[in-house]
Amino acid sequence: MIVAEKSFFDVEKIRKEFPALHQKVHGKPLVYLDNAATTQKPKVVIDTLIRYYGQQNANIHRGVYYLSEKSTDAYESARVKVQKFLNARESREIIFVRGATEGINLVAQAYGRAFIKSGDEIILSTMEHHSNIVPWQMLCDEVGAKLRVIPINDEGELLLKEYEKLLSQKTKLVAIGHVSNALGTINPVREMIEKAHQAGAVVLVDGAQGAPHLKVDVQDLDCDFYVFSGHKAYAPTGIGVVYGKAELLEKMPPYQGGGDMIKAVTFEKTLYNTLPYKFEAGTPHIAGAIGLGSAVDYLNQLGIEKIAAYEAELLRHGTETVSRIPGLRMIGTAKRKACILSFVLENVHPHDLGTILDRDGIAIRAGHHCAMPVMERFGIPATARASLSFYNTKEEIDYFAEAVERAIDIFK
Amino acid sequence: MTQELRELYQEMILEHNRKPRNFRVLEKANARAEGYNPLCGDKLKLFLLIEKGLIKEVGFQGSGCAISKASASMMTTSVAGKTKDEAEGLFDRFHKMLAGEIRSEETEALGKLTVFSGVREFPTRVKCATLAWHTLRAAMEGAEEVVSTEKDEGDRGFG
Repeated sequence: MIVAEKSFFDVEKIRKEFPALHQKVHGKPLVYLDNAATTQKPKVVIDTLIRYYGQQNANIHRGVYYLSEKSTDAYESARVKVQKFLNARESREIIFVRGATEGINLVAQAYGRAFIKSGDEIILSTMEHHSNIVPWQMLCDEVGAKLRVIPINDEGELLLKEYEKLLSQKTKLVAIGHVSNALGTINPVREMIEKAHQAGAVVLVDGAQGAPHLKVDVQDLDCDFYVFSGHKAYAPTGIGVVYGKAELLEKMPPYQGGGDMIKAVTFEKTLYNTLPYKFEAGTPHIAGAIGLGSAVDYLNQLGIEKIAAYEAELLRHGTETVSRIPGLRMIGTAKRKACILSFVLENVHPHDLGTILDRDGIAIRAGHHCAMPVMERFGIPATARASLSFYNTKEEIDYFAEAVERAIDIFK
Repeated sequence: MTQELRELYQEMILEHNRKPRNFRVLEKANARAEGYNPLCGDKLKLFLLIEKGLIKEVGFQGSGCAISKASASMMTTSVAGKTKDEAEGLFDRFHKMLAGEIRSEETEALGKLTVFSGVREFPTRVKCATLAWHTLRAAMEGAEEVVSTEKDEGDRGFG
């Protein structure tokens, strides 16, 4: 029986709710440690999708018939669930998109093209995921703005003094990850947002790795935009969220044109719809949004604070356990960290480790984690990364560490 | 270790990974190329000295997984002293072996390179084994740009 004493978290019971965890891979029980890439789905989310497609499926916002009304209600109530999950002021501040990547592109294109001009500066950090770099580079190329980059220290923490030096009147936007996917670092976004606002810049927080693991309160953070992906938070793939302050979203032009984002169309002029529909052109991922609402219910039921406490315990155990492995160097040792163990081994390349662990049923990620500037900063081509979730156990971590040691023996 | 892993990481591969042959910059090289696998970050620089269609000397530098490093090392020892056409022929056969397109008796001409036949069972690792060979082809063709194992597909890989 694995009950974490401190958080009273019944992991065995929780694991039963995730069907995909109960399978064998190469004859061994699956140990899924790639949660930063995507999480498994609880049965309640899967059932929601089955129920939606089996009983409720209809297009939203247009039908006057029963099914369409039901579908619209379910979709809009999912929006309210997400609003409460992030503690946004209003539900119209929640826009459904495909994922964090599309969310950042939406802000870069709709906000950026309208309000960022030649000579302006956008600040981001060395530890950003490519999805929080490339959309800004594209914008900079288009409007003639400039990217400035906050450096990090050897622990993988942002150098806040350098950040303050970078902030100036030219700074129009700061785009910063809540939690680094490659290092696990939890960034002090609240303080950073305050500093950015003093300089007159707006802030986008990339919450892809934040929302699934930490309590997020967008009003307390006072961020202007917060984006996250459903699939990293136990919801289906293809659904994600942009939170934006209503006054900013109001003055932004639409991102994409099409159905549902309009009030009236003639060939002379189109009248755009109100928030949030202005940013949701076309039939959205209705099932995905409802599935996300169900995942949010599930997380609320477990309690995001309890999740964070249990995951902190797992991280502590994981860090202690893998740190004992000879020849292992942790990449990312920030004081405030989410449950990500990124490391390199002296004689085993991450890619070989990934293949060998797979034969033990263990799924980890090996590579640059879409964060090539981080790899460059640490002078390594790749890391092996075990990213944990609340359904992982200390026993799994021990099994994983033993498998890493066996892999090291192969290359001795 | 499972049987499949044992066949993938054969002793000769591990040995070449530990002590790669021709692991040096060849100053007098007259053909060079760089290879890159964006999926795993493997990078390879290849140096060739080619005279009258004959590969006289080979050197390589770079970082990568055991499969890609051992493959590069063994590739250099296999093609040194061969003509460009012979080297192309080896690559063709090597590639077919990894794709499972030829019977085992047809792999004999590959000599020691048959130790890589175990890669067949690991489709995601085929690119590791062929990176050096793609780079060789690029160097022989006088290509200037970095050859990527993903040149047609772009960099895939997520979060």
